[in-house]
Amino acid sequence: MEPTTKTETLDIEGMTCASCASFVEKSLTRTPGVQRAVVNFATEKATVDYLPTQASPATLKEAVVQAGYGVTERAPDTSAADRQAEIDQQKALAYVKLKRRFWVATGLAVVIMPLSMLMLWPAMMARVNMQWLNYGLLALTLPVLLYSGREFYTSAWNGFKHRAANMDTLIAVGTGAAFLYSLAATVVPGWFMRRGIMPEVYYDTTATIIALILLGKLLELRAKTQTSAAIKALMGLQAKTARVVRSDGQEVDVPIEQVKLEDVVVVRPGEKVATDGLILEGSSAVDEAMLTGESLPVEKKAGDPVFGATLNKTGSFRFRVTKVGADTMLSQIVKLVEDAQGSRAPIQRLADKVSAIFVPTVVVIAILTFVLWFDLAPVEARLPLALVNFVAVLIIACPCALGLATPTAIMVSTGKGAEHGVLIRNAEALEKAHQVNTVLLDKTGTITRGEPAVTDFVPATGQDAGLLLQAVAAVERQSEHPLAEAVVRYADSRQTVMVSASDFQAVEGKGAQAVVNSQPVLIGNFRLLEEAGISLPPAVRQQADELLAQAKTVLYVAVAGQAAGVIGVADTVRETSAAAIKRLQSMGIEVVMMTGDNPQTAAQVAGQVGITRYFAEVLPSGKAGKVKELQAEGRTVAMVGDGINDAPALAQADIGLAMGGGTDVAMEAAGITLMRSDLQGVVTAIELSRQTIRTIKQNLFFAFIYNTLGIPIAAGLLYPFFGILLSPMLAAGAMALSSVSVLTNSLRLRSFSPVKN
Amino acid sequence: MDTPEIIVTLAGLALCGFVIWYFFFSARQTASAVSTISGVQEVDITVKGGYSPDVIEVERGKPVQLSFYRDEENSCSEELLMPDFSIRRDLPAFKTTLVELLPQQAGTFTFTCGMGMLRGSLVVK
Repeated sequence: MEPTTKTETLDIEGMTCASCASFVEKSLTRTPGVQRAVVNFATEKATVDYLPTQASPATLKEAVVQAGYGVTERAPDTSAADRQAEIDQQKALAYVKLKRRFWVATGLAVVIMPLSMLMLWPAMMARVNMQWLNYGLLALTLPVLLYSGREFYTSAWNGFKHRAANMDTLIAVGTGAAFLYSLAATVVPGWFMRRGIMPEVYYDTTATIIALILLGKLLELRAKTQTSAAIKALMGLQAKTARVVRSDGQEVDVPIEQVKLEDVVVVRPGEKVATDGLILEGSSAVDEAMLTGESLPVEKKAGDPVFGATLNKTGSFRFRVTKVGADTMLSQIVKLVEDAQGSRAPIQRLADKVSAIFVPTVVVIAILTFVLWFDLAPVEARLPLALVNFVAVLIIACPCALGLATPTAIMVSTGKGAEHGVLIRNAEALEKAHQVNTVLLDKTGTITRGEPAVTDFVPATGQDAGLLLQAVAAVERQSEHPLAEAVVRYADSRQTVMVSASDFQAVEGKGAQAVVNSQPVLIGNFRLLEEAGISLPPAVRQQADELLAQAKTVLYVAVAGQAAGVIGVADTVRETSAAAIKRLQSMGIEVVMMTGDNPQTAAQVAGQVGITRYFAEVLPSGKAGKVKELQAEGRTVAMVGDGINDAPALAQADIGLAMGGGTDVAMEAAGITLMRSDLQGVVTAIELSRQTIRTIKQNLFFAFIYNTLGIPIAAGLLYPFFGILLSPMLAAGAMALSSVSVLTNSLRLRSFSPVKN
Repeated sequence: MDTPEIIVTLAGLALCGFVIWYFFFSARQTASAVSTISGVQEVDITVKGGYSPDVIEVERGKPVQLSFYRDEENSCSEELLMPDFSIRRDLPAFKTTLVELLPQQAGTFTFTCGMGMLRGSLVVK
């Protein structure tokens, strides 16, 4: 027999380089009983496979110590929610610091501004010593520069060293130039006067710009935290503890991190389900809205799956844990949404290209603006004019709006989608979905429920419907055939009294028989009755023919050797399908159906839901071909499917939508996953996509138009014609507003709610 | 044109030339990943006004572990984006954040800050 190995993870301390890791690794590998040791320098962790008969965690630790390093006791792994909480705390702290810097800048700017405007009152000016006033203003501006604005200068310098330029570079160069000019005018005014230039100072410009930019940053930070609110809310849903049943039957509350696979967990009414599992005993209604967006609670009984973070409403039940930690449905949803938020939408390509060259280009434009004003303006005013316009160009050109336009909209909408049970794999899928003009639906499981249900129960003349249903249900309860399950569900839904059946016998390929109330009962296809020598009265035959004409499966029933009735069974259309299809059609989208069924059944279902074009008798292998066929017609196709055999078609389509409880393979192949088995999700996904793309386009328009108009005005292009110059302070205000307006526009997506039919 | 105008014009043009060369054409700092015995390619990156190193060479098909140490509080670098790998991470200040990925295709993949201002690239060979 293979000896069982154990795996131990050790936290190594003291490693300073990659070769340290290999020392530890060698030392561990040489330890008797160790089969494999891998040391990761970056994570400072060693993963060791060893034979517990020959080695132990203590001997492993000893080997690490012998190599000259230490082992720290493992702290429990922090969950994603904890990590997020830590990041949030750090951001909250940064917000407080930023606010303090903003108030210092604002407080001082409020004093600096009127003092700088004293020249507007000549009477006042006469009483004040200009030089002393300038020194006073310098003293007031220094804290704004060194405390409130320090980050801009350090960041610009750090960026410069890395040949990277960002928004801080523009602010630092702009305010820095205004300050240095003012400093020179304060310290050596004579130099300016000798050259016929009034030694003007721009301390008010410097301080106000810094205060305004900080205000913009403050608003931006606050709005940005709201863009990821949906995903944070999802992460926060996880239960903190679970009531685990110990082997001795005792129930103990344990932290969720300690719940293991195969544990049995008790859930009482009103409690959250701790993790994913299968119900062992008990039944209840569970609110799964947080995962599927479905507001109605779902009935659950023994054998049904339950998911972590869902809310148990009425009953109490016990379940066996099948998934923990990162494998749970909630964690996978969070991961999927996070991945989508990390992806780039193709629409952003242009903005990305512009962002990459934006700041250096603006700096070049600003320098040229300075040169042109210096060369063309009257000699006595050329230096101040060149400086003011140079600063205005730098300050108005904010790359923030451009950088925020797409990601913020994607962040809000992917989170919003998850809230409604629509999981978007990446930004590209979201963008593709808005171009869709044809939706191809796989009939079974999407339009229909995908499971047979009794549609007609027709007793023969003289039969008591209630008694017949009792007898039929008694036989079918013992059968495992899917059609039998449909009959039992039908009987249960009518609260039929349960009676017992004896001598049950399944007749292969034909049906079943048993004895109920001392009478033989037969249920099955026509051949079952025919072989039993039972003939059908004309009325029953006519009923059966009608059902067959509607493409339904017919079950024949005989009691005591007499034909007693027929049952029509069909895969039923979901209640929401017709309305959702109508809504898609009203959005200008053609809805096409495909099915493996015969043309008669296909026509029947298509007619029921208002579809005019359909493909019947499509083999599973031919589904992708049908998608190609539609694409060849120049259509942008969204394929909706739920099974493994839909995966190639989902991948072939311009955008694939895998439907609720879809298999992992289908989800892998799809760009969008709908958590709920309901076509309404397709409508929601497409509407959300359309709204998001509209928001992104508006954002990009604002960002581009703002910079393309703002920069020439700041450079003084309007001055020769209208005498208009843009004050750097106004430029700062406009800049602060630009990113805030883009963010606010993205946040409007938070009010998205799917149109209900 | 008087002398100050000539000086300002020449200095301005020279400065423009410098800005263009410095930000677009000067040589970048390149680093190759260090492979561990376990086959993981590891690279340490410092984030401070940019990424150093900002060009990282790795081999295709082997797992890559990038350790980003953010050595500043400036909000510009608080987010890391690697769109080709669907990665968006918050980089807490003065902490190391590990980013793991498996490059399957050769090529140059850009990584940026949240707004696309700070840029680096992962060259997969």
